[in-house]
Amino acid sequence: MTVDTIGRFERALEGLEVEFERVAAADASERIDAVADAPAVGAALPYEGVSLPEAVTIEPTTAELEAARTGVTPVGFAIAEYGSVAVESTADGAEPIALYPDRHVAVVPESDVVPNLSAGFDRLADGFDAGRDSVVFATGRSATADMGDLVHGVHGPGEVHVIVLEDR
Amino acid sequence: MAQRTRSERAERIRHLLETEGPAIHAQASASNDRRKETYGGTDDLEALRTDARAIKEDAIERLPELIETVRAAVEANGGTVYVADDAADANAYVADVVRNEADAADTADASGTTGDADAPSVVKSKSMTTEEIDLNEGLEAAGIDVTETDLGEWVLQVADDTPSHIVGPAMHLDRGQIADLFNERFDPDEPFDTAEELTRFARDHLGEIITEADVGITGANFVVAESGTITLITNEGNARKCAVTPDTHVAIAGVEKLIPTLSDLEPFVDLIAKSATGQPISQYVTMLSPPTDSPTLDFESPDEPITGDGNGAADGPGNSDRDFHLVLLDNGRTDMREDDQLRETLYCIRCGACSNSCANFQSVGGHGFGGETYSGGIATGWEAGVHGQDSAAEFNDLCTGCTRCVDACPVKIDIPWINTVVRDRINRSGDAESYDFLVDGLTPDEEAGGIDPGKRFFGNIGTVAKAASATAPVSNWLADAGPVRAALEHALGIDRRRDLPTFRQESLVDWFEERGGPDASSRRAARAARDGGAEIDREVVLYPDVYTNYVDTERGKAAVRTLEALGVPVRVPDLPESGRAALSQGMIATADRQASRLFAALAEDLDAGQDVVVIEPSDLAAMHREYERLLPEQSFDRLQESSYEICEYVYGLLENGAEPSALSTGDGSEPVAYHSHCQQRTLDLEAPTVAVLERCGYAPESSSAECCGMAGSFGYKQEYYELSMDVGERLATQVEDAETVVASGTSCGDQLEALLEREVPHPIELLAPGHSRR
Repeated sequence: MTVDTIGRFERALEGLEVEFERVAAADASERIDAVADAPAVGAALPYEGVSLPEAVTIEPTTAELEAARTGVTPVGFAIAEYGSVAVESTADGAEPIALYPDRHVAVVPESDVVPNLSAGFDRLADGFDAGRDSVVFATGRSATADMGDLVHGVHGPGEVHVIVLEDR
Repeated sequence: MAQRTRSERAERIRHLLETEGPAIHAQASASNDRRKETYGGTDDLEALRTDARAIKEDAIERLPELIETVRAAVEANGGTVYVADDAADANAYVADVVRNEADAADTADASGTTGDADAPSVVKSKSMTTEEIDLNEGLEAAGIDVTETDLGEWVLQVADDTPSHIVGPAMHLDRGQIADLFNERFDPDEPFDTAEELTRFARDHLGEIITEADVGITGANFVVAESGTITLITNEGNARKCAVTPDTHVAIAGVEKLIPTLSDLEPFVDLIAKSATGQPISQYVTMLSPPTDSPTLDFESPDEPITGDGNGAADGPGNSDRDFHLVLLDNGRTDMREDDQLRETLYCIRCGACSNSCANFQSVGGHGFGGETYSGGIATGWEAGVHGQDSAAEFNDLCTGCTRCVDACPVKIDIPWINTVVRDRINRSGDAESYDFLVDGLTPDEEAGGIDPGKRFFGNIGTVAKAASATAPVSNWLADAGPVRAALEHALGIDRRRDLPTFRQESLVDWFEERGGPDASSRRAARAARDGGAEIDREVVLYPDVYTNYVDTERGKAAVRTLEALGVPVRVPDLPESGRAALSQGMIATADRQASRLFAALAEDLDAGQDVVVIEPSDLAAMHREYERLLPEQSFDRLQESSYEICEYVYGLLENGAEPSALSTGDGSEPVAYHSHCQQRTLDLEAPTVAVLERCGYAPESSSAECCGMAGSFGYKQEYYELSMDVGERLATQVEDAETVVASGTSCGDQLEALLEREVPHPIELLAPGHSRR
């Protein structure tokens, strides 16, 4: 992991109009609370010393999922080259939580940001071997031009915020 | 299916040019421009294309084995694989799955509160394969409600319309038309106006339908055999919702979508958005190995946690509430795989780049340049394979063989060749027509009867030109006479609004002999070399293509003078036709014979180390592209290595010490608008002409229009005249302000002369010594 990769990731996200911030693990919960517009639902973060703020409901009901303004999820890894985050289909619902609310907050440790698509496919293959074989590379905001002009947030989220956790 | 008559076709095209052309052109050309920009910024593009091609070749070769591999993988995950022979088989299977799922849901609900006895419901994401089998009609006939959730597809469903583009199905409708449609259908309190308002409405409306659906149906852009992974490439997110929300997911894919391993997926993920829309990557590259671990979402039980009863245990083989069916569709694909000419079609990843890069497509869209389901250049292969040759015959002529799609295709499919082959097959399937006698005497071809007489006429244009030249000027007077034009239009479909070429009494070959032949040329070249030229020890055989030899002899003379002035002796032997004219009409047997004859006539010169220089780019393109299929490999290589486009050759001479001062040069800033030739661009030979013009003191500016619209005989044909002019207008608009306009191709020059009403010479005429400014 190099600073360059994070810089590249940041630039790619900027081009995609995705918000980006890099935070220390100790501050993560507070920052998530600040950017997760209420009501928020989430999938638990599997990172040591980092937890979701209380305002984010985990294991939401379908009603809560439908009503949520924000979905907070961990992502398996991120690809700096394209600004993509890898949303995994997990039993706690990361995939629908990242998809249904209009705002997705994706949390990824710095060490899980890989430089390019090839490195992303290496990580993907490792995940497949470990049984994590359903993954979405999500890049930027949901978009369509089918109604005559480019519009964001059609079925998927119209806002995306990426939080990179600094190495601890 | 009855074929349309010429006038019916002309009328249909005129209608599309007016109604759908503007919207299609705006979007297709924008996608094409973005593709070019993104391709240009991708360093390893060629390697990616080569990899992608190789993976597809391998996958189609191993298809039967991959079907068994994916069956095992999907079944191990807990899903089901069904291989459907044809549309009816696939539709019946899917209808059964949906009914069973809905029955099961009803039974479960019987103890609950909702008492759902509604019709079974399906939500779908965009899939051309389901369009191919008319799945929606099939399911509706079985009493199942189907809702398209891709916004473009949903617009078409509301409008009861059909896709006009593989990727942007509603591309032919603009915002205003969609707003009118929705205002009428949904009668909102505030009429819809902006794309934003329309999109919000669609999101909410469709979102509700998705949460209530019994089954989600998706296509698949790729299916990874070893892991049973369905890959969906989308921008909206509706495919994710369709796949993840209902507890039953049916993915329908042609068998050709199978690729062996996960690592094989990488180049396609890297390429497909670039080629389709010019995006670096699509918003959502969804790789699902269903049934997935994601919890099912029961919106009818709003207060239950989505994680429910723990069925989504991560260590199990997916969520046990989930049901998954992969339907692999054959529908003619196995036969296509066995067909040496159509097989390549199966490598297609349906990105639409061939449509976007096609000037004719940009003008009429897929409702004109398309068959029952598929559209654009590759559609000829798909339609011939899955719906039959008649469907392809309806629109195959719209491929002019310009080859602009060749560089656009991410898997390097020779799309023009597929069009040529299918055209040839269509020619051979026709009945002998009553006008055959008109062209019989002029057509020493290898074709069986039944071919359209107009095609046969243009396919044998060399013989026609030779006869016309021999009888010029009488032939020209006759051809201009009103009754003759009427007869040509009626019998051969040559539009009377087109100026016909004026045939020269003295051919280029005759002129060359008259001025002393090779001996005189050697003396001239030697004198030029002595008078300050560089020591260039080359000899050129200048190829007298039909048009240069009999019609536009001036560019041939300019080429001879230019080469001699640079110290290179020239010969202009009477050589056989290249086969280009025959190829463009789908007359492959004739082209094959002509290629052999031309190679035989040149073989000794090639062995003697002489260079073959060609003025007409389409003839050079035949030698460099199609001859690979018509000649033995060694012969093809020998000719290809030793043949050059005229300005490319001059560029080489200048790079090797020849002096521009021997030519007609500009003052360094003289603006010249230059339109290269479609096939010349595909051969990467636009740049040398630009470089030569710059070296000789001109300031060339290249056109960016994909094509002039003339495309050899295409613009002469009555049914395509207006389309040809529509395409040509776009080019003319780009170059009309320039004082000097030059074009490399014969038909490009003719088209521009017709549109600009002034002379448009070949660049070599500008450069030739003694050229006087107009």
